[in-house]
Parts: sequence; structure tokens; C-alpha cells
Amino acid sequence: MIVTSALIIWKGLMCVTGSESPVVVVLSGSMEPGFKRGDILFLHMSKDPIRAGEIVVFHVDGREIPIVHRVIKVHERQDTGEVDILTKGDNNFGDDRLLYAHGQLWLQRHHIMGRAVGFLPYVGWVTIIMTEKPIIKYLLIGALGLLVITSKE
Amino acid sequence: MHSFGYRANAVVTLAVTILAMMCSMASLSDNFNVPSPTAEVKVLNINWFQKQANGNDEVSLTVNISADLSSLFTWNTKQVFVFVAAEYETPQNALNQVSLWDGIIPSKDHAKFWIHTTNKYRLIDQGSNLRGKEFNLTLHWHVMPKTGKTFADKIVMTGYRLPEEYR
Repeated sequence: MIVTSALIIWKGLMCVTGSESPVVVVLSGSMEPGFKRGDILFLHMSKDPIRAGEIVVFHVDGREIPIVHRVIKVHERQDTGEVDILTKGDNNFGDDRLLYAHGQLWLQRHHIMGRAVGFLPYVGWVTIIMTEKPIIKYLLIGALGLLVITSKE
Repeated sequence: MHSFGYRANAVVTLAVTILAMMCSMASLSDNFNVPSPTAEVKVLNINWFQKQANGNDEVSLTVNISADLSSLFTWNTKQVFVFVAAEYETPQNALNQVSLWDGIIPSKDHAKFWIHTTNKYRLIDQGSNLRGKEFNLTLHWHVMPKTGKTFADKIVMTGYRLPEEYR
């Protein structure tokens, strides 16, 4: 029951928010005390322009892990509407230029996966534990399998 | 239907469902809060105003920020992230927003504050457009909840102007 409801909610969220990955888990402490490791963020990507103060999730070219930080600078072009964006984690001393690709000074819209619009604490620990200690994932799947095989009906 | 496994499954599902409902009700209750914050930002001094080697203007200012954001706090508020941004237009850019200072207000007791500071983040233009530039200072706040939806809004203060000449 719980697995199927989680799956329904996940797929429903994908439809409603229009994004491929509507929920992310916070992996680092760079946004504390607002977001701690293990919290989950709900994302939404609308066509509205990106503005300072918004918390965005982005990918750096060549890196897999998405980063969730706040926009601190926006420069939007008159003619094309394209933007140059600079981000920073609330708990970091400096801005994110150190995290960007070599020579990259700004993020553009295509780097941004979504805006964080809502938040649930602690729920993401399940994902973190399963990623960092895969043995637990195997134990869990093994136990579920065992349950299915040995159930009386 | 009465084995331990099925009962445990039913109980856990119910518990998680109730928890999710409580979280969304907590978040919904935030919508009933009608905030009435006040803020004032004074530019006390332009410390220096130069054109960098790469052709971009940069200015350093000292500001005095005073605000009362206590009406933003509800029982579901974890913290309020507040920042002051300079906003201006240039021929090349329809909008430039540069955060000058930000802070975190952890509780209602700290929500009425007064701070005297130079800009935490550098105000650098893309180009050399800042001489005599009129700009707005906006105080933005993001109310970060204990669970649920984030609320954000701002107060726009107009009428600021940079000097005509470098100094």
C-alpha cells in the first residue's frame, strides 16, 4: 500500500509541476539553517523569469549532482530576455563561482532545473542512506521479496 | 488478512498519510496570516566608485537598513531570509538585480532590526553604465516554513542615485 501510494504521488507530482524530477533531497549543509541534509524540496519550473532571492536547483556542466542554492545576482538582457545568474548557498561564505565549470562566471536559464517552492523535513534521509550505504538498499529489497514469497495468500 | 505483516503495513500507511495531511494543513494555515512588514533603507555613504580593469563599473556603499518583519512569523515559520538588492536598468540589460546584503532572522524576537553595513556582495555592472544611474533598493523576504510552501514578497524603495563621476 505504502509503496504504491508513494508511486502515485510521485507520478502525480511529475504531472503537476511539469518537471522531470519534482523532488530533490538536500545533500549538503550549504543552505543551513533553512535546509538541512536529509530534507526534501518540491520543485516547480514555470516560465516566469528568474529573480534574485529564489532558490533554484541547477546542474553544473559535467557534474551529475544537482545543487540547491539561492540566486543573488540577475542580469537580464533587453533584447533576448536571456539571463546571467549568480548563486550562493546561504551558509557559504562566498558565491558559487568556485563550483561552476572552469571559466564560467554565470549560470543561464538552461542550467536551472527548477525553483524550490516547498519543503518537508527529514523525509529524504531514506534516499541518502540508500545511496551512501547500498547494502541497506539490498537488505530492504531482499526483505520485501521475502515477505512477498512467504505471505500466506 | 490478519498477519503481522499486513497489520504493520496498514498502520504505517495510515501513520504516514496522517503525517502528510498534518504537514499540508500546517502549510495551509500560513495562508491566513496577513503580514504588515515595514522597512527603510538609507544610503549613508558611497565609499568608492571605480571602473575596473575589465571595463565594468563597481561601487561600494554603506547602508543603514531598519525593518520590522515580526508580522511575517507564524507558528509554522522556521526562519525568514531577508536581503536587500539594488535594481536598475541599463541599455544592454532590461533588469539588473544585485544583492547587497542578506541575513537570516531565526525567530520573531530578532525580526525588528537595525543594521549599519557596507555591501556584503560586490555591486559590479556588466559594462560601464553606473555613473549618475538611478536605482531602486528592494528589501525582499522569503518566509521558510517548518513544513510546506515558501512565501516571498518585497518592499520597493525608489529614488536612489549614484554619483555622476567616479570617486
